[in-house]
Amino acid sequence: MAQIIIDTANHIAGYAAKTARVKVVAAYPITPQTTIVEKIAEFVESGEMEAEYIRVESEHSAMAACIGAAAAGVRTFTATSAHGLALMHEALHWASGARLPIVMAVVNRAMGAPWSIWPDLSDSLSQRDTGWIQFYCADNQEVFDTIIQAYRLCEDERVFLPAMVCLEGFILSHTYMPVKIHDQEEVDAFLPPYKSGWILDVNNPFSHANLVSPEWYMEFRYMIQEAMENAKRLIPEIDKEYGRHFGLQYGGLIDKYRCEDAELIICTMGTMGCEAKIAVDNLRREGLKVGAARIRVYRPFPVEEVRKLAEQASIIATIDRHISFGMEGFLASEIKASLYHMKDKPLLAGFIAGLGGRDVTFKTIEGIAKKSLKWMRAGRVEEETVWVDLRG
Amino acid sequence: MRVRLNLPINALLKGGKMGVPKTRKEMPLTPISYPTLGSMGKTGSWRTFRPIIDYSKCTKCTLCWVYCPDAAITRRADDSLEIDYDYCKGCGICANECPVKAITMQREEE
Repeated sequence: MAQIIIDTANHIAGYAAKTARVKVVAAYPITPQTTIVEKIAEFVESGEMEAEYIRVESEHSAMAACIGAAAAGVRTFTATSAHGLALMHEALHWASGARLPIVMAVVNRAMGAPWSIWPDLSDSLSQRDTGWIQFYCADNQEVFDTIIQAYRLCEDERVFLPAMVCLEGFILSHTYMPVKIHDQEEVDAFLPPYKSGWILDVNNPFSHANLVSPEWYMEFRYMIQEAMENAKRLIPEIDKEYGRHFGLQYGGLIDKYRCEDAELIICTMGTMGCEAKIAVDNLRREGLKVGAARIRVYRPFPVEEVRKLAEQASIIATIDRHISFGMEGFLASEIKASLYHMKDKPLLAGFIAGLGGRDVTFKTIEGIAKKSLKWMRAGRVEEETVWVDLRG
Repeated sequence: MRVRLNLPINALLKGGKMGVPKTRKEMPLTPISYPTLGSMGKTGSWRTFRPIIDYSKCTKCTLCWVYCPDAAITRRADDSLEIDYDYCKGCGICANECPVKAITMQREEE
């Protein structure tokens, strides 16, 4: 039977790994991720979860162990944050290049120096080009549902890529919310056992991801790009099917809120999307035509859907909990790139907010919206990138 | 959408089991190599120094066989050892490890 429990997003991620019938977990603790793998360790120890739990000496080894397990043909899970993810970086490329559908929870935490344990998205966003699919969640229920959806997507033979399911540290990781843990049989029906595309087999030994000459390398890269495009088509389908099974869905690639007639669309990722919805309701009460779009999937980036959204908007305001030093926020860059070929593009205003866990409330977002609307009426964006609430 | 699974790709290097793919569609998703003898050619040609076993000193302890990083030392049923000069790159680890100094390294041209 499905049950509703009240727990933190980290523990919920543990429940999701258990309900997905993950067979191997290799992990190394790091704040604010640690309680995910602690929860899983409890499940394995008590016998509630039938899995091999591998304790390793670093995140690099954790990913290496996951690659080995996935290559041996079993469903594999891990979790990390910030510097742990950075240490994994090299192995992330190996996982995607070997086309292994590993799912990893990334509890977003700002990168040091200066040392920080609070959230921003710079850890996972700096892994943008590793060939991993990236989901960003807005609440604890979405963390559970996205982990289940991610396995279904990644193990599809048209995709065969790994995925990060990202959730912001503390805002979600250590915050208690009611979450529906779906019925095991229902989840089993939605997520059949993993059928690997290839499997390491002692009776028919081979090695994988070997040296390829310049004559062949490009084709392998192209096939990953092709898989990303397939994922972009499949994510909305899987989300809809999930909705039919469990009564919950998230808008596929983009969670859109009151965007139909919006002149201003506030574009966010992660939990800021929830604050943006409150801001939209407040601004709508003032008669302002504002909508919110939360980019749920950052890789593959929903270029076509962003274009569709932009068709009726006069201005898009992006809020990045991230900065690409020497440029701007990634979200601003990606949306600009998506709109380049449109004839009548809306204006675009980029905002940097919430770095290192600074609070971004609906009030902050209302301020961003009012500034953007002023620029919309003037027909011109005065500052290309605005740092919100920055000391003068 | 295409699916390509379980195709070996040492094919790509030396014309293995599946033959060399002509198009992208015939390629596997990730390169896979089945074990073959010397798919990179006879790497013994890289050697500068040649290990020579003095069988009068050898105690058949098999340490050289354990340490050889290229599996270029063959251990026979009676534990006697033989160096495969087709693949020995002459690293000298065997000579270094041999507890009775039964292996000497000699310059190839000498």
